[in-house]
Amino acid sequence: MREFFAFVRKEFLHIFRDKRTLLVLIGLPTALIVLFGFAISTEIRNVNVGLLSADDDVYVTRLMEKIDRSEYFTYVGAFRSEAGLDEAMRRGQVDAALIFGKDFMSSLYSPEGADVAVVVDAVNPNNASMEVMYLSGMISDYFKDDIVSMASYRQQMPATGRLTPNLRMLYNPQLKSSYNFVPGIMGLILMLICALMTSVSIVREKETGSMEVLLVSPVRPINIVIAKMIPYFVVACVVLVNILLLTIFVLKVPVAGSFFWMILVSVIYIILSLGIGMLVSTLVRTQIIATLICGMIFLVPVMMFSGMLYPIESMPEPLQWFAQIIPAKWFIEAIRKIMIEGTPVRYVTKEILILTAMAVVVFTAAVAKFNDKLD
Amino acid sequence: MIDKGDNVIEVRNLTKKFGDFTAVDNITFEVHKGEIFGFLGANGAGKTTAMKMLTGLSFPTSGEGKVAGFDVWTQSELIKKHIGYMSQKFALYGDLTVKDNLDIFAGIYGVPPRQSGKRIAELLDRLSLAGERDTLVRDLPQGWKQKLAFSVAIVHKPEIMFLDEPTGGVDPSARRQFWELIYEAVDEGITAFVTTHYMDEAEYCGRISMMVDGRIDALDSPSALKRKYGAASVAEVFEILARGAKRQD
Repeated sequence: MREFFAFVRKEFLHIFRDKRTLLVLIGLPTALIVLFGFAISTEIRNVNVGLLSADDDVYVTRLMEKIDRSEYFTYVGAFRSEAGLDEAMRRGQVDAALIFGKDFMSSLYSPEGADVAVVVDAVNPNNASMEVMYLSGMISDYFKDDIVSMASYRQQMPATGRLTPNLRMLYNPQLKSSYNFVPGIMGLILMLICALMTSVSIVREKETGSMEVLLVSPVRPINIVIAKMIPYFVVACVVLVNILLLTIFVLKVPVAGSFFWMILVSVIYIILSLGIGMLVSTLVRTQIIATLICGMIFLVPVMMFSGMLYPIESMPEPLQWFAQIIPAKWFIEAIRKIMIEGTPVRYVTKEILILTAMAVVVFTAAVAKFNDKLD
Repeated sequence: MIDKGDNVIEVRNLTKKFGDFTAVDNITFEVHKGEIFGFLGANGAGKTTAMKMLTGLSFPTSGEGKVAGFDVWTQSELIKKHIGYMSQKFALYGDLTVKDNLDIFAGIYGVPPRQSGKRIAELLDRLSLAGERDTLVRDLPQGWKQKLAFSVAIVHKPEIMFLDEPTGGVDPSARRQFWELIYEAVDEGITAFVTTHYMDEAEYCGRISMMVDGRIDALDSPSALKRKYGAASVAEVFEILARGAKRQD
């Protein structure tokens, strides 16, 4: 047993002596969380809105003031002609515009209803659809609350607005994008640390020849590998706690469901990733190949199929099937359910069972392959 | 397989086949306690395969062998505890310090902590590396790295040390110094089992064996071999024997 601990100590020394790598391991998730959380958020911000209105109407002006007050939009001014608006949009001075037809206010009370066009610069389609959604929401709010109540007070029309898109955003009412990417980042980083770092560290010993010396020593081969996993398990747990603290206290995203189960699911995922790292290390001989395999086969699919960037539901069917074998997909789904939706654990059993089964299969394969290699 | 007191390695008809290829062909020899045994042979002659069987890394196809009194078939775990091994590839951890490397291997070989401190200080002293104990191994000059790798292999005072081409890539004066270390270790009672490419080094050995095509074609002291083959040096003896070799590297 002392032999084993001497070995575990060595692995910790490797990690702590290499301060730069350690810094990357701890710093990367921090940087990602801050980046995703604040800088490259998919929320819209500072959208410049223009106006093209045939006549100066006080209600339209008030609407524009209301839009200007919101944190997403800035009202940049009215344009006299469609050509002028078009020019401004091409120059990038205006991202979105509202176009009111002639006699807008009077036609509002007519049976045909009134026309308002929401025009957006759709160079970035994601932003564009978000802008349309926000703007139309604000317009209908405005006419429902302000005008219609005024109108009913005047008893000119019944208190039912014609413009009533009824959108509700569940679980993420402020449409904060931070909610969605946190489980994704957890899936990515934990896989990176456990699979990539472990496999590279094992393969490095093969490459430098120290594995040969270790195999001649009394340390049992399987213990060499287990000793390798322990420090990365610890590092992964530290990173996990780090991510959670950042999420809760910096991004202010609460953990809606059971904290205990969230940690447990993460630990299963960490163990699974360690198994993947070990499996990769038994298959390859050089650090470069180990890095490539972990990067291309495990990390890229985590990004693609985890639902972090694109929703899996909108992928072609074969790809959807492929997504089912990506461990991170199940992990991210489980964490999303527990952390953000606050789903009771019994509805996450499927994900937990699949992750556990994957961990068992990967470890069995890795140990079998490892023993096979030795002879 | 008697006479355990005197011999640390005893091998009878040891054979290793990979499919149709016989890497080690029916070799028989003994290594006496406290001697320096040179294990020579061209590349591909079967030295590495033979060494793997003796160090408990692989099983023979047939034959018997005892290393440090333990059977190669049934007691490879015990063999591993009683031998030291220095690989031909430099195999220490460059990202760790001199002392860390010694500590790690003392730990792996189960040297009790109280003894290991003393032993490590003694080895560092012998190498005049005491001032470099906290230096990262990758910053040491090549010759010193080799000496350190040697010290690591004997940190647990094994009965036998297997040195696989220990002086590869080292300049002649450093090689001479390295052999001084081997002699010192042998004085401590450690038996040396050395493979080497350098025929001049073979002269330093007590006895040498020469492997050709998986067989041991000659085994004796360097001077006896030179007499027998009428050669001026071990290198000449080796040339005479290797002429008959069929395997090419």
